[in-house]
Amino acid sequence: MLSQDLNTILPEIILSLFAMGALLGAVYTVKDKSAGLLVWLTSGLFVALAFWIGTTGEGTTTAFSGMFVDDAFSRFTKVAILLAAAAVLVMSQDYMQKRDLLRFEYPLLIALAVVGMMMMVSAGDLMSLYMGLELQSLALYVVASLRRDSVKSTEAGLKYFVLGALSSGLLLYGASLTYGFAGTTSFAGIIEATEGGVSLGLLFGLVFLSAGFAFKVSAAPFHMWTPDVYEGSPTPVTAFFATAPKIAAMALFARVMHDAFGNSIADWQQIVAFLAVISMFLGGIAAIGQTDIKRLMAFSSISHMGFALMGLASGTAFGVQAMLVYLGIYVAMNVGTFAFILSMEKDGRPVTDIGSLNMYSKREPLKALAMLILLFSMAGVPPMLGFFGKFYVLQAAYDAGLAWLAVAGVIASVISAFYYLRIVFYMYFGSDKDDALDANKSPVLWGFLMASAAIMVLGVVNLFGIEPLAEAASLALVN
Amino acid sequence: MSNLLSITTFIPAIAAAILALFLRGDDEAAQRNAKWLAMAATAMTFIVSLFILIGFDADDTGFQFVEDRSWIMGLNYKMGVDGISILFVMLTTFLMPIVIASCWTVNNRVKEYMIAFLLLETLMLGVFMALDLVLFYLFFEAGLIPMFLIIGIWGGKERIYASFKFFLYTFLGSVLMLVAMVAMFSAAGTTDIPTLMQFPFGTDTFSILGIQIIGGMQTLLWLAFFASFAVKMPMWPVHTWLPDAHVQAPTAGSVVLAAILLKMGGYGFLRFSLPMFPIGSEVMGSLVLWMSAIAIVYTSLVALVQEDMKKLIAYSSVAHMGFVTMGIFTFNQQGLDGAIFQMLSHGFISGALFLCVGVIYDRMHTREIDAYGGLVNRMPAYALIFMFFTMANVGLPGTSGFVGEFLTLMAVFQVNTWVAAVATTGVIFSAAYALWLYRRVVMGDLIKESLKSITDMTTRERAIFAPLVIMTLLLGVYPSLVTDIIGPSVAALVDHVETAQAAFTPTAAAVASH
Repeated sequence: MLSQDLNTILPEIILSLFAMGALLGAVYTVKDKSAGLLVWLTSGLFVALAFWIGTTGEGTTTAFSGMFVDDAFSRFTKVAILLAAAAVLVMSQDYMQKRDLLRFEYPLLIALAVVGMMMMVSAGDLMSLYMGLELQSLALYVVASLRRDSVKSTEAGLKYFVLGALSSGLLLYGASLTYGFAGTTSFAGIIEATEGGVSLGLLFGLVFLSAGFAFKVSAAPFHMWTPDVYEGSPTPVTAFFATAPKIAAMALFARVMHDAFGNSIADWQQIVAFLAVISMFLGGIAAIGQTDIKRLMAFSSISHMGFALMGLASGTAFGVQAMLVYLGIYVAMNVGTFAFILSMEKDGRPVTDIGSLNMYSKREPLKALAMLILLFSMAGVPPMLGFFGKFYVLQAAYDAGLAWLAVAGVIASVISAFYYLRIVFYMYFGSDKDDALDANKSPVLWGFLMASAAIMVLGVVNLFGIEPLAEAASLALVN
Repeated sequence: MSNLLSITTFIPAIAAAILALFLRGDDEAAQRNAKWLAMAATAMTFIVSLFILIGFDADDTGFQFVEDRSWIMGLNYKMGVDGISILFVMLTTFLMPIVIASCWTVNNRVKEYMIAFLLLETLMLGVFMALDLVLFYLFFEAGLIPMFLIIGIWGGKERIYASFKFFLYTFLGSVLMLVAMVAMFSAAGTTDIPTLMQFPFGTDTFSILGIQIIGGMQTLLWLAFFASFAVKMPMWPVHTWLPDAHVQAPTAGSVVLAAILLKMGGYGFLRFSLPMFPIGSEVMGSLVLWMSAIAIVYTSLVALVQEDMKKLIAYSSVAHMGFVTMGIFTFNQQGLDGAIFQMLSHGFISGALFLCVGVIYDRMHTREIDAYGGLVNRMPAYALIFMFFTMANVGLPGTSGFVGEFLTLMAVFQVNTWVAAVATTGVIFSAAYALWLYRRVVMGDLIKESLKSITDMTTRERAIFAPLVIMTLLLGVYPSLVTDIIGPSVAALVDHVETAQAAFTPTAAAVASH
């Protein structure tokens, strides 16, 4: 029995052992000199694990008496998380090196966070859920304040920690209420207990759990930490925040809602729809006034999470499929966008002011074009891939009888289009000034930017076959 | 050749990709190469599209040259043309070489300019050929991107305001259509346009927030599509983006906008609103008739007081599009024939008028009417051509402008005499503003010092106008060239709409009588 259980969570074990081993090794030997190597090793391991998980797993297996679930849903999200984390790690090396931030702890903390995320998406029990969530969060609090002599970075880490702790508290309170009224912490048990409807106590538990998850996915009105943390953290860390943890938190949200509260969809549907609509509008409106591109991306991610939540709000298997496709596209877009932001620098110092992009298209036509494609994709203009993400969730919401949510969503997307267009305006329509950005020659960043833009355009052919995978994943979760 | 339509559609896109990837540098030689490549690609597209026209069988009212491949999400990549769409395809392929030729003097970021126009051509052709809802939406919306850039990068002083207004206005209009498309996909289980044309969307009256929706689902879907097409068309009162966009866009951009992009709205009404929501169209039809009548009179009056030539022609476009919507919502053969005819003829005439403005703008760099006067003294050829298109714009018999206006007015007279009466006054106003514009710019003595050295049209410019003059005259004296092709398809459409409308008894009538 135990060997089977261990076999099921072998990828997580390997990754944890690697992180701990490398940590010990680096501490007692060359320390930060090994950081560059560790970045490549870690991301190599991520990719290898993603390949392994993606190609081998089959069916649904549970381990440790249902605490840990390995199904198509968890495999899909794990592959996405691992690939996103690997991409961001590789992208960050050059940036970190230049600013003397490349500590050997960085890749290892990311690795530990990824282990936490893999636990989260595989959780079959409130206990393992919380374990994964905290492992992820603690690692992320630390990397947020990686630039420890910068006030902004430490502020970001502290804010993230305080608000993260608060949200964990809410979540735990919800979990304890759920345990109290359902008599069990396992999702399978909770869904049995709610067969005849949800008691008031369980409903409270559900609400508190949802609030906790909303914090983690940075859905409005629990989004307050996002802009500050995005702005204050070193840019590679921001890029990481915007990608892998979002998938993990959304996947966790979907799993708890469907696996544990799948009998009471009508109860949480309204909550999630409310979160979705508020996030889409807040993300759209609040970003209009931003001049810092990292803050802008924070609000952009809030609005994107609103769209992903729209898929979840529909409460159907198709809705989960739409959410997964949306998240996949979102991550691919954000990797490219952050590759661009990472390459913005002047006199060797990172620049995040949007105004500095003035007439960027004249100096770097190809990079400007790639960014243009990404921006239109984020705005949801066809034929870019971002449009299909939106189309997916709209269809899911409409099919589930949430026509009003679909209408609200498209109106919010028009509002959001404005600030993406504003960046295009700076890059293409501005007037020539001499405070130009440096030409960043990093081939890695260039490669990720171009690849991401190419994906946005070429994906129109068949979405790179992500559809059947997402469908299988959603059917594993909702049946 | 089973994929003739795809070939036609994607030749410009391929040329654009070649330009983007292989053309380096921004010197004179590179600019010339870019222009010639764009010219060659658009000319080739035109030639290939001629094969579609030759192979087209007008008596077959179904879709021809159909291509169907499965795509993502249960959608299909389906293309085809029928009698209604084929002439729009031809209009596009015919005008694009002219458009490219008209920007020969541009020297700012030529490569990107050509890429934008080539991509735009692909997207416009796609709109007229798509037989899948989402494919249509994809082409329809994607056209905003190149146009946004054309206005924003190569436009005039207020280009940024105009480009944002253009993009956000039309984007807002069409996202509602997207929701409607999702709803249709949900209801019919397919996005195949020929199937949806036969699909009976629900017509049971229901109420939302206490408002009775007569025609139910169909009316709502109709309204969502209307939001998009009315903005695109543009119809009064959502036309305000057009004057701004036209004035700020470069000449070639204005030509494409007026001659082709506006026609997408009218085409949309014919392809979606009428066949798919006949009841919704009937319920809202008289509203559209009145809106069109108001548009014709109101925008003609507004055009009278303009001081900017392009703005004047832009308002005149809105008025002419009023005839189109009026013709479409009469639901009879003459009305639809007239509307399509008017759109095609307006494509030639308004395009030519914007080119006329471009000719003198290139020389004087102003569009103020007051800055000109007496041009006939130094530019006789220009005066002649401008005269010709002014008359065509007014609707002089013998030019294509007359046929469209006459047919639509005749059709609307049978349906609603009052609307016809109001709209006919618009014809008089249009004569007033067009002739007055002509008098102020071309006639009189040449007194302005700055105009003393102005030169007449070059050979290139004359060559650009030649095909437009020929088409305007040809369609004017021999309109059955068009009506023979569109006739059978329009007849089938009218028949379909009439059958559906006759079978409908509004459930609300009973409710209202209580």
